[in-house]
Amino acid sequence: MFLTISTIGTDQRPATDLGFLLHKHPDKSQSFTTAHGLAHVFYPEASAERCTAALLLEVDPISLVRRGRGAKGRGSGSPDFALSQYVNDRPYAASSLLAVALSAVFKSAMKGDCKTRPELAAEPQPLVIELPAVPAKGGAELVRGLFEPLGWQVEAEPLPLDVSFPEWGDSRYVGLRLTGALRLAEALSQLYVLLPVLDDAKHYWVSPDEVDKLLARGEGWLAEHPERQLIVRRYFSRRWSLARAANDRLELARLAEADDREPEELDNAVPEETATAEGEPEEPRPAPLAVRRRAAIVERLREANAKRVLDLGCGEAALVAELLKDRSFTEIVGVEVSARALAIAARRLRLERMNERQAARVKLMQGALTYTDARLTGYDAAVLSEVIEHLDEERLPALEYAVFGAARPGTVVVTTPNVEYNVRWETLPAGQVRHADHRFEWDRAQFRAWAERTAGTYGYTVALGPVGDEDPEVGPPTQLAAFTRIDDTTATTTPKGESR
Amino acid sequence: MTDTEARSPRTLSVPDLSLVVLVGTTGSGKSSFAAKHFLPTQVVSSDACRGLVSDDPNDQTATGDAFDVLHYIAGKRLAAGRVTVVDATNVQPESRRQLIQLAREHDVLPVAIVLDLPPQLCAERNSRKPDRAHFPPRVLQRQQGELRRSLRHLEREGFRKVHVLRTEEEVDAAQVVYEKRFNDLRHLTGPFDVIGDIHGCRSELVTLLGRLGYAVTRDAEGRAVDAAHPDGRTAVFVGDLVDRGPDTPGVLRLVMGMVAAGHALCVPGNHENKLGRALAGRKVTVSHGLQESLDQLAAEPPEFVAEVREFIKGLVSHYLLDGGRLVVCHAGLPEKYHGRTSGRVRSHALYGDTTGETDEYGLPMRYPWAEEYRGQALVVYGHTPTPTANFLNNTICLDTGCVFGGKMTALRYPERELVEVEAEQVWYEPVRPLISDAPGAREGRPLALGDVAGKRIVETTHHGRVAVREENAAAALEVMSRFAIDPRLLAYLPPTMAPVATSQREGYLEHPDEAFAAYRADGVRQVVCEEKHMGSRAVVLVCRDAEGTAAEKRFGTATGGQIWTRTGRAFLDDLTVPGLPAEHGALTRAVLARLRAAAEDAGLFDELDSDWLLLDAELLPWSLKAEGLLRRQYAAVGAASGAALRAARTALATTAGRGVEGLDVADLAERQDHRAQDAEAFTEAYRRYCWTVEGLDSVRLAPFQLLAAEGANLAVRPHDQHLAWIDRLVDADTSPLLRPTRRLVVDTEDAESCAAGAAWWEELTARGSEGMVVKPMAALVRTEGSRLVQPGVKVRGREYLRIIYGPDYTRPAHLSRLRSRSLGHKRSLALREYALGIEALDRLAAGEPLWRVHETVFAVLALESEPVDPRL
Repeated sequence: MFLTISTIGTDQRPATDLGFLLHKHPDKSQSFTTAHGLAHVFYPEASAERCTAALLLEVDPISLVRRGRGAKGRGSGSPDFALSQYVNDRPYAASSLLAVALSAVFKSAMKGDCKTRPELAAEPQPLVIELPAVPAKGGAELVRGLFEPLGWQVEAEPLPLDVSFPEWGDSRYVGLRLTGALRLAEALSQLYVLLPVLDDAKHYWVSPDEVDKLLARGEGWLAEHPERQLIVRRYFSRRWSLARAANDRLELARLAEADDREPEELDNAVPEETATAEGEPEEPRPAPLAVRRRAAIVERLREANAKRVLDLGCGEAALVAELLKDRSFTEIVGVEVSARALAIAARRLRLERMNERQAARVKLMQGALTYTDARLTGYDAAVLSEVIEHLDEERLPALEYAVFGAARPGTVVVTTPNVEYNVRWETLPAGQVRHADHRFEWDRAQFRAWAERTAGTYGYTVALGPVGDEDPEVGPPTQLAAFTRIDDTTATTTPKGESR
Repeated sequence: MTDTEARSPRTLSVPDLSLVVLVGTTGSGKSSFAAKHFLPTQVVSSDACRGLVSDDPNDQTATGDAFDVLHYIAGKRLAAGRVTVVDATNVQPESRRQLIQLAREHDVLPVAIVLDLPPQLCAERNSRKPDRAHFPPRVLQRQQGELRRSLRHLEREGFRKVHVLRTEEEVDAAQVVYEKRFNDLRHLTGPFDVIGDIHGCRSELVTLLGRLGYAVTRDAEGRAVDAAHPDGRTAVFVGDLVDRGPDTPGVLRLVMGMVAAGHALCVPGNHENKLGRALAGRKVTVSHGLQESLDQLAAEPPEFVAEVREFIKGLVSHYLLDGGRLVVCHAGLPEKYHGRTSGRVRSHALYGDTTGETDEYGLPMRYPWAEEYRGQALVVYGHTPTPTANFLNNTICLDTGCVFGGKMTALRYPERELVEVEAEQVWYEPVRPLISDAPGAREGRPLALGDVAGKRIVETTHHGRVAVREENAAAALEVMSRFAIDPRLLAYLPPTMAPVATSQREGYLEHPDEAFAAYRADGVRQVVCEEKHMGSRAVVLVCRDAEGTAAEKRFGTATGGQIWTRTGRAFLDDLTVPGLPAEHGALTRAVLARLRAAAEDAGLFDELDSDWLLLDAELLPWSLKAEGLLRRQYAAVGAASGAALRAARTALATTAGRGVEGLDVADLAERQDHRAQDAEAFTEAYRRYCWTVEGLDSVRLAPFQLLAAEGANLAVRPHDQHLAWIDRLVDADTSPLLRPTRRLVVDTEDAESCAAGAAWWEELTARGSEGMVVKPMAALVRTEGSRLVQPGVKVRGREYLRIIYGPDYTRPAHLSRLRSRSLGHKRSLALREYALGIEALDRLAAGEPLWRVHETVFAVLALESEPVDPRL
């Protein structure tokens, strides 16, 4: 991990005054022990005209991994996969580790202390800062967006991933060169804050109290920064992912690793924004469509006079919360396969703090709809809201059987996107599904065909309807099917065909 | 009752599964009686339960809670099928009513043993016990009164047997004798021929018996009256002999004759039940073909009709046969009712379970009990006409609608072969068409969440009980239900493999010497070293015909095959390569087509007499599946290290060039040079396993083992046999798809052979190979101490390990620390997963129900989420 800071001298003051500012002698090579390895400071150039200080951090990759394990209180017998990769860019890329080393090695300079040249420390200096490999989530564009408002001239060159495989494209690293006239203390503070922000790594090795210190470094420039929100948000998400990586979903992460995949590819039942919000006051702005969808579902349930209701694939339990508000629903069961979604749902509903009477009305449990589940029989109604499209089409018959054949509630309400409407989403590229995990999206005819076939197979009638504003050409954004079980009394009177 | 009778041994018969209720006042000696005749654990006493909840066996205020506990314990015992004795006064009808209810809930017979001893005797006994001496006399008097009033009503209350003992002598002389239940014929081991619904089709029955090898005996009038098998096999009729068909009396005559002669067993169907009631003069609705039976029997002599009436009356609702491994009844029976005795069990056995709903023909909807059936016993039944008999979860329905023009079907047991006779004509028009509504058939034999979720124990043949923890099952459930392929095809997931013990050799973390030494220590002499292909693990199911009609019978879904990853995901379905249509599954089909052709040409389908093959393989290049990982992690590290180290080295060189005295950066510069070399070596290491897929011809498959074929678990065969099969397969491939597996056999007792093995590995890995796997030639091996030996260990190459342990892991300072790695958990995991994998293949080969196979496959996936060092 490497960084250089250069300046040019003037007639009044030689460039080597940089040594005073950094509190490091230009004619020496010095080494410092830091939290993550040995840091070296040396000067490739030191003349009156031009002076360059270099900081080289030699990260010990093995202690990094082993400490990442121990510091979180886990025994060495249970390595945490997320922090346990020996193959890791941390020893090379300019990330939070370098930020921490900067603050340790150039502590006084970062504070702006300089007893011998106080006037230098107080004034902007012509500076060039070079970092050969900066991990930048958001690319060169974000690098410019972060540094240009602070008065830097930015050169950011993306590094190719592997010249042998040009089809792989660029890496997430940029070679960065910042040129500008700033106070050195300010420049260092900015690097201290912005390097980890650019990195936005899921997993890092900065202890929480050090993270807290980061915001203090933003004094004087962060408040006015146009990207302030992004900077702050990335801090918070980083803190949260630390906790998450440590506790939440290691089992699933290990299965992802067994298949050479990212944990996020499997653990994608909860959108990233809501996961990071973690029940914080920042309530996500509800998409009007989701609200209307829930309203439409509740309406069907009321029409069916359902008291005991299953929300199959309840996600973070938004619908469960809605149903709880209506006392006519006496029992509400949220079923969800994602353990993480269930945990968030429980937090959202504040299940643990709910009074006993309310708590008796609601239950959350893990279940999978490709299996029959004895716990789900005997309910008045079941909701499958935006669920079926998350299952491979080949597996749908298993779900149909588990819900309509085995659980057999009196009413089943199903909603799913109407793919025809996708052309009306301006942000959605043509031919793309609305959610990365959607295995299919159906047009109205496909959904009707499925609904009628399923109803016929399992002895239900079905009525289809729109959710959201219906477009004359492409229909509504969401389509809904309400199934009603044909019971003994109606079995002989229901005409076949028409209503099915 | 005379005195002599009282003194002679009094036998108290008790069914061997029953709830025995002791009835008697305080001081009547119930506890002593229970202690004398039953095991202490069989007896649940109200006094003891009072003590459990209140610390005082005589605390009457605790009675309510004490009986809750008593009922709970008794209920658990009865559910488990154990004789249970309730030691309480039970002199009040209400307390007995609750116990009778409990017995009925668990479908066992309630039996009362009454100790009706003289009041003076009871009072005297109480007075001798310090803790009862204070009992007021009126308590005993009240109990005596209640007992008196109860005695006459006990049988009417529902007790199947009532034994009353009136004197001390009688009590002393009493002996409890267990009697077998009527349905318990576990001592009969067959072999059996179970025959489905007949409905008066006498001619087809005679033909079927003939086809099964029975010799039919005829009476003077040429009527079949008995049939016997020369090998002593026993026929078992599942009921519905009568109604609808042309010759109900003829069928009855033959079956009754066979039963009387001991050549057959018979359980009643709902039609016998109704006919029996009609013959007994009860009022019944004459429908569903009863009229035909009544008309035909009217032409028979009254003695025959009387015999029929007695025969039907004597039929037992279901039978347990062959040590409990076979259960025969008419309409199917859930496991909890096997061997039980109650009205509910009889009703289930005769009529089956219904949902309460009716179908469009007004017939009751049958409850899909067989789908939920998870018992070990094979349940053979009839009742529901289906076009063909199919096994479902260890049950089979043999009613193939002969009387409706279908077939009459028999099952040979234990062979599990079906023998059929076509109907000679449509004898009776069905109310509804004979459609296949065998439960679950259409829906793909659904699996129940209870088969996989939560904490579980899976029994394996080779490694005992394997436990799955709840959190691991939860993670596996997410992956299995959201990402994995259809569980009907997912018959196997590959187990993890442990690395070789850590090498102390300079510059090495792993070396073959440790593998040879470990197997030598385990007594394994011959091992095979197989080249480890650096791709992604793939399990391949290839079916002989691409449309998959042949495989449909086995897997319940038409498929030409599938290729899946370690976690059960479809490997290639979402990948597109140039030259193939960009549709879902196109690459899978193309790869399978090449493999299918090779297997056909190699004659493997014929040789293994199978329409499908299951293979363990490695699919290459690694970048095909892991491109995301490569770009994110491996190439990223290469890119970052290259740029950072280049800049650092340049700066250090410039610094050194300044020529300032005392400014010495030589050491630092040298270290950066080393790191740059290591980073370069790292990049070279991963690049070897990547290439650009320009079309189907760039994809490689390296099979190294045949796992299974129809009826056979091949994974337990020796590896030389596997390699021979694989070689033939690869040789037969005319496309560039299949890649051979290089191998070397090593004798672990021979130092020279071991050295050759090590040299081979050196050479292999020097040329860029990932490394090798060392396996016992015999595959499944145990040590002398009967411990399962690791089925293989991997010995990874020195360069390859850079992409596991980091670019500069070979530096002595790093290596010395990395050597302290703990292999215990990984080895244990490897054995458990291996045993589960073999178990899955065993169960598949034995044709066991889907849930039994899926249970083990699911367990492998769950174990993969255990916390094990991922670098091992």
